[in-house]
Amino acid sequence: MGIVTPEFGLIFWQLVIFGIVLLLLRTFAWKPILSSLKERESSIEGALRMADQAKLEMQQLKAGNEKLLAEARMERDRILKEASDVSNQLIEQAKNKAIEEGNRLTLQAREAIQNEKNAALAEVKNTAAKLSIDIAERILRRQLTDEPAQQQLVDSYLKEVKLN
Amino acid sequence: MKRLLLALFCLLSFSVYANEPTATTAEATDKEEFSPGEMILHHIGDSHEWHWFSTDNSHFTTYLPVIAFRPGQGLSVFSSRNLAEGKVYDGFKLEHEHLVSEDGSKVYDFSITKNVASLMLSAILLVAVFTAVARGYAKRGSGAPRGIQSFFEPIIVFIRDEVAKKSIGPKYERYMPYLLTVFFFIWFNNLMGLLPGSANLTGNISVTLTLALLTLLITLFSSNKNYWHHIFATPGVPKALLPIMIPVEVIGIIVKPFSLMVRLFANITAGHIVTLSFISLIFIFRNLGVAPVSLAFGLFINTLELMVAILQAYIFTLLTAMYIGGAVEEHHDADFQMGGGDGAEPAHAHGH
Repeated sequence: MGIVTPEFGLIFWQLVIFGIVLLLLRTFAWKPILSSLKERESSIEGALRMADQAKLEMQQLKAGNEKLLAEARMERDRILKEASDVSNQLIEQAKNKAIEEGNRLTLQAREAIQNEKNAALAEVKNTAAKLSIDIAERILRRQLTDEPAQQQLVDSYLKEVKLN
Repeated sequence: MKRLLLALFCLLSFSVYANEPTATTAEATDKEEFSPGEMILHHIGDSHEWHWFSTDNSHFTTYLPVIAFRPGQGLSVFSSRNLAEGKVYDGFKLEHEHLVSEDGSKVYDFSITKNVASLMLSAILLVAVFTAVARGYAKRGSGAPRGIQSFFEPIIVFIRDEVAKKSIGPKYERYMPYLLTVFFFIWFNNLMGLLPGSANLTGNISVTLTLALLTLLITLFSSNKNYWHHIFATPGVPKALLPIMIPVEVIGIIVKPFSLMVRLFANITAGHIVTLSFISLIFIFRNLGVAPVSLAFGLFINTLELMVAILQAYIFTLLTAMYIGGAVEEHHDADFQMGGGDGAEPAHAHGH
């Protein structure tokens, strides 16, 4: 039964040496090893997380760019539409103005024609009267001796003419 | 590293004595009646000198120091050479590798036996190897591991992640130094035990007893209220059954480390016995034809032992972690559910 009987001396040495090894390794091996392992793991984890974040930011940036582009496109369309609206409006206005101007000119021309016509008619009347008088004078000079009676007659005629 | 090992071997070899004739007749009779049982027990047991090998007429042996304490007579330190061949020195003699005093008084034997010497060697080796690993971390910081560092890193990470974190839980960090030391101590010594001429340290009951005792002490000192509650008032067990349950649970505290002690001791010792038995076959049959067969089987067992070496280290560490885990475990909801019913179900499924 020798092999299953614990030996006091070996237990003593095992306790002492194992204890020393445990303390030495704890201080000079396990603590630095485990802490650097932890450090490395956390740095790897951090790097991965940062990469993920960068990816997300890139996506956001891309989405932002697209949004900006879409906005720019919309703005362009709006400006173009506005410009065409304005130009249409201008053309319309010009057209209207031209029509108005034409109408006004026609009206003026009509008025001028009417005036000229009236003036011409008056002149025609005066000339006709003068001619009539001249003619009548000449006729009367020859035929009429009784001048005052004749004059009276002419005047009455003239009055009639003026009344017109 | 290499220089250190070389220096160690030099230190060991200068004290090797070649004993010439004395026991030639004894050897001869020894050969006549070769007893495999005796030979095997001698190989797996401890001794006061380190016997490397023998030729026909000489032994190559390193005599180790004997340190003995006798109450009243004080400490005696001398070389075990003085006790060789059954000699008596200073009132001491060796009886079946056991140091006794001639007059039968009590002797406390603190000798540097073969196992103690091997223990010291392994301690130096462990410290040298793992400070070298730690230097790798100091040098490379959080860079990629290299060399010896990259060999041990996966193992350390495995012990941390698969053994400590899973079995102990969030408080695992406190126990990492013990778990790692125990794992590598057992593994290194298992491997050293497989070398020819080496000591059978982890197959020695005193060593496994000490390791199991340390595990027991750590478990007890880190146990919380919940652990004792499980033992003295097991949830879900009717009050009437407690007189039976409490002794069972208390025995359980002792049985756990006891199983650790026996498992490691038996596994390693059994491996050595089987290997030596196959070698003994050659001498039993006294036939060279048996040699290839027993060598093949011996080689097979030895290869198996390489695996057993790491496996037993792993099992010891894992079970230690589980016992500690059971002691530091916080009360969790599952217990309420399991214990709250009719009480038919035992509430703990952990730890065994």
